[in-house]
Amino acid sequence: MTTNLIEVKNLVKSFKDGNKETHVLKNIDFIAREGEWISIMGRSGAGKSTLMYQMSLLDDATSGEIFLFGRDTHNMTADEKTKLRLNELGYVFQDYALLPDLTALENVAVPLMMQGKYKKEAYAEAKLSLERVGLGHRISGLPSQLSGGEQQRTSIARALAHKPKVLFADEPTANLDNESSRTIMQLFKEVHEQGQTIIMVTHEEMYSRLAERIIQLDDGKIISDEKIKRVK
Amino acid sequence: MPQFIRLGFFLALRQVRRASPWTTSLIIFVMTLTFLNLVVVSGILVGLIEGAVEANKEFYTSDIIISTLEKKNYIEQSPSILNIIRSMPEVAAVSARYLGSGQIEASYKTAAKEEDIDSAGASLVGIDPIAEDNLTGVSRFVIDGEYLSPNDYDQILIGAYLLTEYFPVESASFPTLDNVSVGEKVRITIGDVKREMTVKGIVKSKVDEISYRIYFVDSQFRDLIGRNDYNVGEISIRLKNGANPNIIKEALLRAGVGEHARVQTFEDAQPKFLQDIKDTFALLGNMISSIGLVVASITIFIVIFINAITRRKFIGILKGVGISGRTIEVSYVFQSFFYALSGSSIGLLILYGFLEPFISAHPINFPFSDGILVAPVSGTVIKILILIFTTVIAGYIPARMIVRKNTLDSILGRN
Repeated sequence: MTTNLIEVKNLVKSFKDGNKETHVLKNIDFIAREGEWISIMGRSGAGKSTLMYQMSLLDDATSGEIFLFGRDTHNMTADEKTKLRLNELGYVFQDYALLPDLTALENVAVPLMMQGKYKKEAYAEAKLSLERVGLGHRISGLPSQLSGGEQQRTSIARALAHKPKVLFADEPTANLDNESSRTIMQLFKEVHEQGQTIIMVTHEEMYSRLAERIIQLDDGKIISDEKIKRVK
Repeated sequence: MPQFIRLGFFLALRQVRRASPWTTSLIIFVMTLTFLNLVVVSGILVGLIEGAVEANKEFYTSDIIISTLEKKNYIEQSPSILNIIRSMPEVAAVSARYLGSGQIEASYKTAAKEEDIDSAGASLVGIDPIAEDNLTGVSRFVIDGEYLSPNDYDQILIGAYLLTEYFPVESASFPTLDNVSVGEKVRITIGDVKREMTVKGIVKSKVDEISYRIYFVDSQFRDLIGRNDYNVGEISIRLKNGANPNIIKEALLRAGVGEHARVQTFEDAQPKFLQDIKDTFALLGNMISSIGLVVASITIFIVIFINAITRRKFIGILKGVGISGRTIEVSYVFQSFFYALSGSSIGLLILYGFLEPFISAHPINFPFSDGILVAPVSGTVIKILILIFTTVIAGYIPARMIVRKNTLDSILGRN
């Protein structure tokens, strides 16, 4: 029996602009189970990224409940959420979100150091993670010296280095050329095959179908939740 | 060491190392100026008075000064006292001075009436020219003419403040003589004795006691004042390096000198108002420095704030990947600490490697003193600690402001 890693109940997210209130997410109910690869799709403004931000605790919901690994996140302090992100979640940003002052190795090592590992140990693990994404030869490059694909692979290495329970990826191929995109998706496939739970926002049909479950959002609501059947 | 401090240090180090060298240099330059402002302004103000105190000591009192008891015109048993002094191994030089007061007159040959004679009251001093010069180096203050020789007779050195040419102040309290220069004849009146003398030299110093006096060779001065007992009015003593004036003073008192004279170290002889002025100037200097400190704090606040604002996205990313706010704050604290420490270190080098020795060798020419820079190490260390503390606070506050913002807003650059 698979465990529920994420449970979203009646989730609402609204933004206020003066007197005008925009409801971006409207009463979303959603469950992500261990080992799943879920693609969240929808047109621009449908609320895909917003849903991901709430689930990954980068943002606070207006109302509703989010349970991560059975824990209610509603009353968690900012520090508790940060700690949860550090230890249990991995995040791949659309624009890579690497720290420009740090080399690829340091970017990957920083969260490991925050976990309490000493520099030497963190560097060794970060190097392994970079080798896993095929960047073993670029560890001392600064982000500005890496190509877009290399930066995104560094971002994936950082997200995976601490072995998160869930890997969130927000449009991971949006800024990449076709070849780099294929490489990234191949990486996702490999880590998923090793048991990694992935929740990925994408607007690219081709890549969304690599997942085993596709959730369609429109106007802040889930309009479909489809399981992909594969012939083995 | 707690994890947030280790990682904060790591992040700060990387950020400083890979920051623009120009920006880093500019911040450190501001910190250096602040440090110098903090130390030098008050140091110069205190040094202005300290210079006067030092000059008074070097050129007049020396380490110990022995003077007459109240209501006495001279120091009784002076020869014995001088023998005691000269027998002390810590004593490097001694000068005994005969003191008196009298009248100096010029134009007495040309004046039609007695009341037209140009005259001024003056302190008269009889010295052994060699001993006095050895002790105070008074000959270096001769600005015109020559210094006295032991065999000079009917020749005097006259203080510049007694001459209108050098001290053009019209005051009934301080009358001065017109048209008196080197080689001119003047008439000295001491009690009932009048004697015509030649001005051999003019002395001028920022120590008033030198510039207001008229110097004679002691042997002639004794004759003029009729003193055959060799009792002098003042004895200045310079000690060898390392000798403690207080200990020598105590030794002199134990030897009975106190029964015939007042024994004072240069600090005892220092007028109280000088110490009061010194304290006032130190307070003034600290007030001015405090303004500099506030300016520096605001500068660092702005610098760190702009730095944190421009790096807000990266602060958001750090939080996004699980780095605690405290770690990020600590990284900015370390950066501020680095700027303050670097600025202070460069400031220290400038201060003790250049400014202090330079000003000591070339004192600032103030009207009433040769100003030096007073920057004791203990005081400087305290000021460095104040600067670092203020800077660290000024760096911490903006970092905390940015770190407290919503993580996603920081990453996306939303307000």
